[in-house]
Amino acid sequence: MTDAGKPPASPEWPLFEVFIRSRAGLEHKHVGSLHAADARMAIEHARDVYTRRQEGVSIWVVRSVQIIASDPEEADALFEPARDKVYRHPSFYVIPDEVKNL
Amino acid sequence: MYTQALDTHGKEPVVAAAGESAAHAARFQSRVDADEKIEPKDWMPDAYRQTLIRQISQHAHSEIVGMLPEGNWITRAPSLRRKAVLIAKVQDEGGHGMYLYSAAETLGVTRDHLFEQLLSGAAKYSSIFNYPTLTWADVGAIGWLVDGAAIMNQIPICRCSYGPYARAMVRICKEESFHQRQGFEIMLTLAQGTAAQRLMAQEALNHWWWPSVMMFGPSDADSKHTAQSMRWKIKRFSNDELRQKFIDVTVPQAHFLGLTIPDAQLRWDEATQHYIGGPIDWSEFNAVLKGNGPCNRERLQARRTAWEAGRWVREAASAHAEKLAARTTQAA
Repeated sequence: MTDAGKPPASPEWPLFEVFIRSRAGLEHKHVGSLHAADARMAIEHARDVYTRRQEGVSIWVVRSVQIIASDPEEADALFEPARDKVYRHPSFYVIPDEVKNL
Repeated sequence: MYTQALDTHGKEPVVAAAGESAAHAARFQSRVDADEKIEPKDWMPDAYRQTLIRQISQHAHSEIVGMLPEGNWITRAPSLRRKAVLIAKVQDEGGHGMYLYSAAETLGVTRDHLFEQLLSGAAKYSSIFNYPTLTWADVGAIGWLVDGAAIMNQIPICRCSYGPYARAMVRICKEESFHQRQGFEIMLTLAQGTAAQRLMAQEALNHWWWPSVMMFGPSDADSKHTAQSMRWKIKRFSNDELRQKFIDVTVPQAHFLGLTIPDAQLRWDEATQHYIGGPIDWSEFNAVLKGNGPCNRERLQARRTAWEAGRWVREAASAHAEKLAARTTQAA
């Protein structure tokens, strides 16, 4: 029996992030995470946890520790270069109304 | 399913811990006020983090323990169809527990730590699962009333300020709707059946009505955490508001079934356009929450047994994965 407050003896299975392609033609999308002993088990668990109602036709799993993410504290600096470049959007250009198909 | 506003039973939250900058805190609150979502790596007050860890993990534990009262009837479901449906529902609850544990883990706790808190009895789960399922009608009443109350509670959490919790809840709410409908269908079948079946349905309603009404947590006057949780947009409605909504939608459903709500004082109030019930006996709720419900010990024992009996499987799978990994490295 597990004694009160005693940590479980064996280390927990590693964490995987799960990405599902909901149907052909769409990209894989992050849906959540789960624990599994290895990649194959992660795929099988992902099927049971995230596709019980046919939500997917393809599954990607990746060890969570392998994901490298940008730092939200640095988001301002990271994304700043695009901020003053409104000319990258078509609405920046004023075209007379009588000009069509542009 | 099944949050119960259990967070209202903890200590008073510390709103700002030592060392947290006022600028960070102000920016955080303004993001929440602007209905921006908070994501795992964003700065957040420690009290916000701790409140969420407690609430999400209690919610996860409730899903996992919630598999037990219904799982009890899988082998005895009255038809193959009912059996298939019940298996699917119990499996969903396991899945809901998994979504929620993984949402809690994004806040920096480990899954094992959360399990440990459940198994040691340190963590709470929804007290409704400490009641037994003595008849098949109890399975119907759980789906109809307990899942119905859970949906009422959970729909506002889909808009919770914490992204991973909100996303898990969207998925859960989508799946939960079938749980309630299959429960009502069981009740309807019994209500249209023989006198003995109608009696069974009425008795199930008698058992589950008050515990379901109490699932919304203590009344607002006694609820310590509501104001802070509302400021943080973890909570959107008070316990009493949600409870009233539940009563208002459920009473007409009971009338349709030809069953009587076990509350002699229940009446329709024309002025407020609400059903007004009699006073709630909170002493029972508190006794069950403290561990003295009909099944508290049995439920925890079942979880401990499952954890211990599954230990060799977890260890064998880890050993197998290590062996395969070593073999791949050698071959390379």
